[in-house]
Amino acid sequence: MAATATAAARMEKASDLIPIFSTKAWKLKTKQQELLIRVSILLLVYILAFMTRLFSVLRYESMIHEFDPYFNYRTTLFLTEKGFYEFWNWFDSESWYPLGRIIGGTLYPGLMVTAAIIYWTLRFLRFAVHIREVCVLTAPFFASNTTLVAYFFGKELWDSGAGLVAAALIAICPGYISRSVAGSYDNEGVAIFALLLTFYLFVKAVNTGSLAWALASAFGYFYMVSAWGGYVFIINLIPLYVMVLLVTGRYSMRLYVAYNCMYILGMLLAMQIRFVGFQHVQSGEHMAAMGVFFLMQVFYFLDWVKHQLNDPKLFHAFLRITVSSAVGLGAIALGVGTASGYISPWTGRFYSLLDPTYAKDHIPIIASVSEHQPTAWSSFMFDFHILLILFPAGLYFCFKRLSDATIFIVMYGLTSMYFAGVMVRLILVATPAVCLISAIAVSATIKNLTQLVRAKPKTSHSGSGKGTTGTKTSSKGSFDQSLPFQRNGAIALLLGAFYLLSRYAIHCTWVTSEAYSSPSIVLAARGAHGNRVIFDDYREAYFWLRQNTPPDAKVMSWWDYGYQITAMGNRTVIVDNNTWNNTHIATVGRAMSSYEDEAYEIMKSLDVDYVLVVFGGVTGYSSDDINKFLWMVRIGGGVFPVIKEPDYLVNGEYRVDKGAAPKMLNCLMYKLSYYRFGELTTEYGRPPGYDRARGVEIGNKDIKLEYLEEAFTTSNWIVRIYKVKPPNNRW
Amino acid sequence: MTTNLKLRQFVVVVFFSSISLLPISTLSFSADSPTDRRILVLLDDVSLKSSHSIFFSSLQSRGFELDFKLADDPKLTLQRYGQYLYDGLILFAPTTERFGGSLDLAAVLNFVDSGHDVIVAADANASDLIRNIASECGVNFDEDSSAVVIDHTSYAVSETEGDHTLIASDTLIESEVILGKKKIEAPILFKGIGHSLNAKNNLVFKVLSASSTAYSADPNSKLSHPPSLDGSTISLVSVLQARNNARVLICGSLEMFSNQLLRAGVQKAGQSKKHAKSGNELFVIELSKWVFHERGHLKAVNARHHKIGESDEPAIYRINDDLEYSVEIYEWSGTNWEPYVANDVQVQFYMMSPYVLKTLSTNEKGLYHTSFKVPDVYGVFQFKVEYQKLGYTSLSLSKQIPVRPFRHNEYERFITTAFPYYGASFSTMLGFFIFSIVYLYSK
Repeated sequence: MAATATAAARMEKASDLIPIFSTKAWKLKTKQQELLIRVSILLLVYILAFMTRLFSVLRYESMIHEFDPYFNYRTTLFLTEKGFYEFWNWFDSESWYPLGRIIGGTLYPGLMVTAAIIYWTLRFLRFAVHIREVCVLTAPFFASNTTLVAYFFGKELWDSGAGLVAAALIAICPGYISRSVAGSYDNEGVAIFALLLTFYLFVKAVNTGSLAWALASAFGYFYMVSAWGGYVFIINLIPLYVMVLLVTGRYSMRLYVAYNCMYILGMLLAMQIRFVGFQHVQSGEHMAAMGVFFLMQVFYFLDWVKHQLNDPKLFHAFLRITVSSAVGLGAIALGVGTASGYISPWTGRFYSLLDPTYAKDHIPIIASVSEHQPTAWSSFMFDFHILLILFPAGLYFCFKRLSDATIFIVMYGLTSMYFAGVMVRLILVATPAVCLISAIAVSATIKNLTQLVRAKPKTSHSGSGKGTTGTKTSSKGSFDQSLPFQRNGAIALLLGAFYLLSRYAIHCTWVTSEAYSSPSIVLAARGAHGNRVIFDDYREAYFWLRQNTPPDAKVMSWWDYGYQITAMGNRTVIVDNNTWNNTHIATVGRAMSSYEDEAYEIMKSLDVDYVLVVFGGVTGYSSDDINKFLWMVRIGGGVFPVIKEPDYLVNGEYRVDKGAAPKMLNCLMYKLSYYRFGELTTEYGRPPGYDRARGVEIGNKDIKLEYLEEAFTTSNWIVRIYKVKPPNNRW
Repeated sequence: MTTNLKLRQFVVVVFFSSISLLPISTLSFSADSPTDRRILVLLDDVSLKSSHSIFFSSLQSRGFELDFKLADDPKLTLQRYGQYLYDGLILFAPTTERFGGSLDLAAVLNFVDSGHDVIVAADANASDLIRNIASECGVNFDEDSSAVVIDHTSYAVSETEGDHTLIASDTLIESEVILGKKKIEAPILFKGIGHSLNAKNNLVFKVLSASSTAYSADPNSKLSHPPSLDGSTISLVSVLQARNNARVLICGSLEMFSNQLLRAGVQKAGQSKKHAKSGNELFVIELSKWVFHERGHLKAVNARHHKIGESDEPAIYRINDDLEYSVEIYEWSGTNWEPYVANDVQVQFYMMSPYVLKTLSTNEKGLYHTSFKVPDVYGVFQFKVEYQKLGYTSLSLSKQIPVRPFRHNEYERFITTAFPYYGASFSTMLGFFIFSIVYLYSK
């Protein structure tokens, strides 16, 4: 407002120069209008990103979802109750009985600290919120913040229009929503924000060569390291990017400043996270960054020598010696470090990213996790929708206008797309890149089209506008110079683009409401009359544990349910979702796949009081323990060769009906899942003992338990809890 | 004390047939006074009461209240309103096929499983019921119902030649706790069926076993096939101490308890020494003392642990802490608790396997204690005292305690050996600072 007033005053003052000033005033006005529109669009996108993630709260209730978030919730609760120092030094004796777990040293504290700070701030402002509400809404809040970062990143890469489109696309992109709905209180919710922020700040630092932006990017990296193990992606992508710039001859002082400052400070800061510790200098995954760092110094040194020598021949000789000796030295250092064990080899997870079949052959525990499976094509379509088509178009635009920044986004997009193909959960990492690149495509296309539409018939359009026109339009435009058709074609294409974008919005909203808002701890199904049926069996079971078992009772279950049992049931578990000790998990897998008497010995040695199994045969819930059972056998067999997978299969086929393997029919897991199930008629017109999850009649209906007794079965039989009997009194 | 006891017993008797159970509960078996008080005696025949009167009166004189019933009494029951009416059961009813009332095999086993003691005596025509009770307690009587234990070398010499089924055995278990301090000199007379111990059951053990020349067969028929039981695998008297410390005595001879054999003189075949009186009386009385928890009952109380120099029990230990562990162990003498003195009580600091195993030293007043260093391993540990000594009730204490690693500020801040590194880093910092100043301000 003030700006307008001064402009008006100036206008009056110099009344002779009216035509010039009036246009200036008009221009200023559009700029303000544009700013206003931009800010309001951003605000709307910000709100939209938050709102669309609230479906889960509307559909179910304000609760923590899935498995890992329960651990995060429990630790956040501990942090807010006991304070940071206790949290940092927390030794948890309630999980991994009897080994315990040093929680403070084995987690990424970023998420908990963030939630706790929000909580404390709200408390300070006299908002009496419960920590659960804060945890539930942390992910949507950070998703909203991500849209802002996406805007600035898009602006840095292309222009503010691309930024706006990127913000809008990422706000509702299902690939991101899947991990950031309200209640999905997981590291990723915060980490994607941190990831994008780090990349944005680094690109900004490279573009400006400013020490301040590089410093900011180091802090962004620090936040990312504190929040998620995915930081390894950053510490490998950035060196790769720098390497590409070096190779393509784009080395500059800006790059030197940005990378060195970011790497050194980021590394020092990252070492402050206990879980990461000295990995930056000791682990194979981080060595690329260090190598590139030294390479940068060599480059700088050579530059200096070149400047000093002023003799190309001499310099070339020098160059050859220096480069070969530097590379040789680096190779020797790496070799010695690896051989002496100072530099740890790559972890299994890292290997499985480079070679997707590695985990399947070598590390069943990684392969067993559903989110580590290779991605199906349909889920790309499901998560990206039109972005999948726009992505190549965006790459085309990036290549057309190659700069340091667009090289970065192209590399980010291509590498993350590869990783998204290897592991289904890494779609999440690819989402920001896909959104940004697609936004460039959308923005550039629409800009060109609108220019065509707006262009006055006689002046035609400028060369630059033609040059950057979208794939089809540009060819059409250049060939067909007859203006009316071009205009109409542009309008048609514009309408088409808007149609696609609106389909995208509809698709995203539908996916969010139908697929990604389920808390997975409360299950919903359609009843016979189309009504919603809620199965709240998990919580029923955990509250039963909490209220009916002694406080020091130890519960054995497959590791998937460990976090939930400790968080909701408040009981000690043998293994949980932090799969740090493969042997311990294998012991549980062995117990589950042994006969009852052998399992009893194992359970006695672990002081197990209760055994919890998840069973979907009554409700048709397919992700139950019987369907996970082969992984228990594989993981158990990986450590204890007495467990052999073929014993549980018939001709390589996994069955639970009459034709099942005898060992399968009598192992503990089968007995516990199907105990008393043979008496139950689950479906009209089917024999009793008909398993609805697998669609067969079970093979062993007469199950007798000798060492365990049924303690509790939830109303829909989804969770079954058994008590381990004390040893026979007279034997 | 005794008058008081008598009075109480009187009260019990008065109220027994009527309604109230409250006064009885004051007398029942408890942790504070583990000796049994009320014993149900089931008989085949009323005449057994007089033919075995020495054994019974010995029990009565020790303060037991015996309730004699016929085994087929239709009103038989062990518990009422969920409370046990008796602390012990003597089954002198070898031929009974079915008990009267609500008593059956499961009821007897439940009685044992809830911590009560049983004496079972069988004889040559033992019923399936008695055999089943025995086999549930880990003892298998010879399946041949006509077989009895025969021994042609260590039988009791008598006027008539006989069939050598009256055995004089002296292969007793060596345990003062079970058989009393007084050594049983005379051989013990046994006439009945033999049994073997179930190899899977490691809680049952022989008290009196047959000699290596004994075998189990029908004395009236010719031995057509090898006997199913022979030699020293034959047990004559066995006891079971269940995990809940209930004690069960199983004997293949009801006559062993009879006045006739208790009073009989004995001369073992092949030995010239003739004992005026068999060892039976001492044996059955001492054994009944053990079975009814007048002896060999331990209790452990006040298991405590704390850091050296402190007195409160911490909720968590740190690795390498020094701690002190103590426990008080008392033995029941039949009337009161006396300090238990032994040098073999051990404590384990246990996490899946014992990390520390230490013998506790005692002050001979019941207190056992030791001190040790927590191992350099974190996790959830247990203080475990597993004391299982022949004849004594088993002590099994476990107390869970987590052990945490060092907190991040509990490490030494400066290590002497690292001083070169400190020197290097500080000199680098200083050098860089000076360099910066020189570089920035020298033109």
